[in-house]
Order: sequence, then C-alpha cells, then structure tokens
Amino acid sequence: MIHLDDFDRALLRGDHGPAAAFAMELLVAYGEALGAPRFIDVVGAHVDGCLYHGQASLDFVRRLRNLGGSVRVPTTLNVGTMDLIHPELYRGDPAVGRAGRELMELHQALGCLSTFTCAPYQTMFRPTFGQQVAWGESNAIVFANSVIGARTARYGDFTDLAAAMTGRVPYADLHVAENRRGEVLFMLPDDAAGRWSEDALAVATGYIVGERAGAAVAVIVGLPATMSEDSLKALGATAASSGSTSLFHAVGITPEASDLVAACGGSDATVVEIAVGHRDIARALARLTTVPDGAPIRAVALGTPHFSLAEFARLMPLLDGFAPAPGVDIYVNLARDTYAELDLRGWRNRLESFGVTLVVDTCTYVTAVMRELDGPVMTNSGKWAHYAPGNLGIDVAFGTLAECVASAASGRVTRRTA
Amino acid sequence: MILNGIFLVVGEARGPVLATAPLSFWGGYDPESGRIIDRSHPALGEPLAGRVLVMATGRGSSSSSTVIAEAIRLGSAPAAIVLSEPDPILVIGALVASRLYGKTCPIVMLSTAEHVRLARAGTVEITEDLAAARAVLALR
Repeated sequence: MIHLDDFDRALLRGDHGPAAAFAMELLVAYGEALGAPRFIDVVGAHVDGCLYHGQASLDFVRRLRNLGGSVRVPTTLNVGTMDLIHPELYRGDPAVGRAGRELMELHQALGCLSTFTCAPYQTMFRPTFGQQVAWGESNAIVFANSVIGARTARYGDFTDLAAAMTGRVPYADLHVAENRRGEVLFMLPDDAAGRWSEDALAVATGYIVGERAGAAVAVIVGLPATMSEDSLKALGATAASSGSTSLFHAVGITPEASDLVAACGGSDATVVEIAVGHRDIARALARLTTVPDGAPIRAVALGTPHFSLAEFARLMPLLDGFAPAPGVDIYVNLARDTYAELDLRGWRNRLESFGVTLVVDTCTYVTAVMRELDGPVMTNSGKWAHYAPGNLGIDVAFGTLAECVASAASGRVTRRTA
Repeated sequence: MILNGIFLVVGEARGPVLATAPLSFWGGYDPESGRIIDRSHPALGEPLAGRVLVMATGRGSSSSSTVIAEAIRLGSAPAAIVLSEPDPILVIGALVASRLYGKTCPIVMLSTAEHVRLARAGTVEITEDLAAARAVLALR
C-alpha cells in the first residue's frame, strides 16, 4: 500500500473539500497501480484535459466544479477545441464546439490559468531545474524533463487535474532520480551538424529516438552544442509522437548531461548503443513526407508545438519580398501571450498582410480550423507531420522553416539546400 | 480451474474471454460503435461489450483514460479487463467512470503464468474474495 502522510489523509477525509477528496482518491489508486511508495508535493501543474474528447471529460470537470473545487497549485492549461479569441475560425461540428468551449471555461472556473498552450515552458510559469511538477501533454513533459531538468511523470486525462487539485503526486517514474538515467544511447555521425540543417537534424533525430527507444530514457551524442531551445523542442515533440519519449539527454547540451557518464547516471551504467547513420536520418525525414518534391501544396502549417517568439524572429526576415502562391493558406499556432507580443512588435499586422492565419488557444491538427483540406500540407513540425495524415486524412510534407516559406511562395514542395 | 488475482479496480463480472495483443483504447477503440478500430490490431473489428478482455498491458496515450470512461458510460466497455502488468491509465478511466456514472469495468492483475492459462479459457467468472481482498477467477 502507498504510504499516506497526515496531509494526504486530511485530503482524503475531505478536510480540504469534497473535490480535493475525490481527486486524492483517484491519485491513491493511480499511485497503487504505479507501485509508488509515497506522495510528494508539486509546485505546479499543466493540464491537458481541456481538449474535448467526449462527454466523460466534461462530466469529470463539472463534478469537480459542482463539488466547489479549485486548484491548489499554479496550473496552466493546454490547448482546447476552440480559438476563444477567434471563434469564427472554428469549422467543426457546432455541438462539439460548444462542448469544447464549456470544457475550457470550466477549467478556468477551477482556477486554472487561461494559457491554452501546449508550450507552457514558453510562459512565465516555466519551472526551473530540479522542481517537481505534474505536467500533461507529451511534448511539454519531454521538454520539462529534458531541456529544463524539472521533474514530471507522464500525466494525462484526469490525473493532471487531480494533481492540480491536491498538489500531490505519487513518487514514481521520472520524479525519481534513479529513473532519469539514460538507457539507450544514440550516436549521431560526426559530421551530422555539417550535413543537415538544424531543423531537419532535430526532427529526424527525434523521430529515430522515439521509434527506437520507445519509452526508455534516451541519450544523444553528436548534436551541435549550439542547438537552439526551439530545435530541442522540435526534437522532443517528434520523439514523443513516433514513440513515448518523456526524457532525453543531449550530451553537452541538456542540464543533466554535462558528459556521457552524467547522462547515464554513473560510469557503471549499462546502456544499449545505437549507431545512427546519414541514411537513417534521410529515412526518418522521408517517413514524415507522403508526397514527392514539386507536388502542389494546399497549405503550410507552422507552430506545433506553439511557435515561440524566437521562432517568429526567425520567420520575419524570411518574409522579406515574400508573396504567397494563390490558393496556399498559411497557419501559425501560438499562445495568447505570444500573440500579444506580436502586436507590440508590429509583427501581427505584417504577418496578416501576407494572409497568414494566426491560430491561438488551439492547434491545426487537433481541431477543425483549416479552410480547405483537399491537398497536401507542408509543415516544419515532425509532430504535425506524424499525426495529421491520421487525424485529418491528408498528405503531408515535412520541411525546414525556410523550405516551408519557399514552398508557400511557389505553391509546391520546394527544397533548398540549407 | 480457479485463479487468484489482484484487483486494480474492484468489481464482479463474467463473460467469454477475448485474449489479444495490447490495445490502445485511444485511437484503437470506438466507444460509439463499440468496436476495435486500430487497423494494425489483430482483433480489428471485434466488439468488447460483454467480453473479458485479456491482454498483457494497455498501450499508448493517456487519452485512453477518457476513451475507456466513455465506453463504460455508453455500455460498450469490456465486462472486465485482466492484465499481467498494472496499467494506471486504464485504472484511472475505470475509476472516474465508476464515480461519475455508478458503473465500472473491473480490472484484475494476474501473474504472467496464470495470465497465459486464462488466455486459453473459454469463459471466466470474476468474483471478490472479501476476506482475502483478492479477485477470484473461475475458468470454464
């Protein structure tokens, strides 16, 4: 049986209200199934349950609300079904739209913050190294663990909100230092950074890591030491799509991987080693593209995970002299906070003058926002390219940010040598 | 034959055994039609309602919690699930459904050897041994 301290028992007894008692009861069952010895505190939560998946998600949050509940720790929200700032963009079933909006509003009524972003690490609620948090959303989990060195297990439906309502989580999985040691070592070719653009190398490496390591902790050797945080974000998001990666260590880059020994948790560690060749990288990129180069495209989708301000700063100069090809729609998903920042910089007007649709609070691969889906879509996101064919029933082409802009201008899948 | 298991979610059930490969309920099971929809799954097209689903473990996204809760709400969930490794994602979905809708899907864990025996059985009846706090599985 999982050990309960005085506070845990008080939660279960209802001393902190019936909603917290309900949440704690779920967490005890969850902790038992995980085999956790006890509970620990978390300093924050990120809740993925505000995207409508069915009546049960709405009924659960309604119950907590009717019990008078509110969150006990600062809690950010993941994307929802609707862009609440531009509700007119929604083209799906109106009943689903209404339910989706109610679900988002109920989460706010519980005291969750209306961030509605899959990139909470790009907000002011970003945790710091070593902090214990309870995060949902696979790309956020892998980013928090790998790039920040905060500690979260894999939370999801019901458990992320239960953790937010109690501030407690079972001490298991990646909350525990020993479970954070590298298990599978990926050796990239020595000249990887010279042969591939950073965008492509990050996504291809992520794809290979997810596919080959599954849920194991991956260690990667051979990424450029200057790799940007946005590229690490792309790597993690792709690995969490092709597999279940929740933590990777990039040697010489990420905070728990100053060197190979540190990444593997000591010199006596046993790890499986996988040599990655240029052919593996090319093959991974090919798996994320379902149409040949030169094929006409219908749209370009950027910002999965949500585009950062730094990514916009990379995009803006690429638009000098740019004109979109007729019939090619351009979408960028982003958080509300970033949207406000774009205004301050005058970038929103400029982007909209090129016909760019800025999608806030949600994402183009999880909800019905895109206008026409009768042709292939180009994206710089390994995650989007992985999920969109199944979710939306369309063809995709992965390309670097520069290739996406060039393709939007030509109306065809256009490759550039980086 | 009688097997003894551990309840991850308590409840009683009986039904024909469907022993199959790990299934991700999210993307793999449609609670509305009540059928397995994962094209790569060996039991594609099979209904689960009324059957005891026997698989080593669950698989995939945490969104499976909502899908199993939805299936329980709609009456398309299995009569019970028997695993050989605990699956916290399915446990949470079944518990939430029991609290919201007053009906659930018992989840039992067996040792690997006993799990193999169960997989060969035609029907199973699951009852609760209150004194020993264990699941009792009678195979037929």
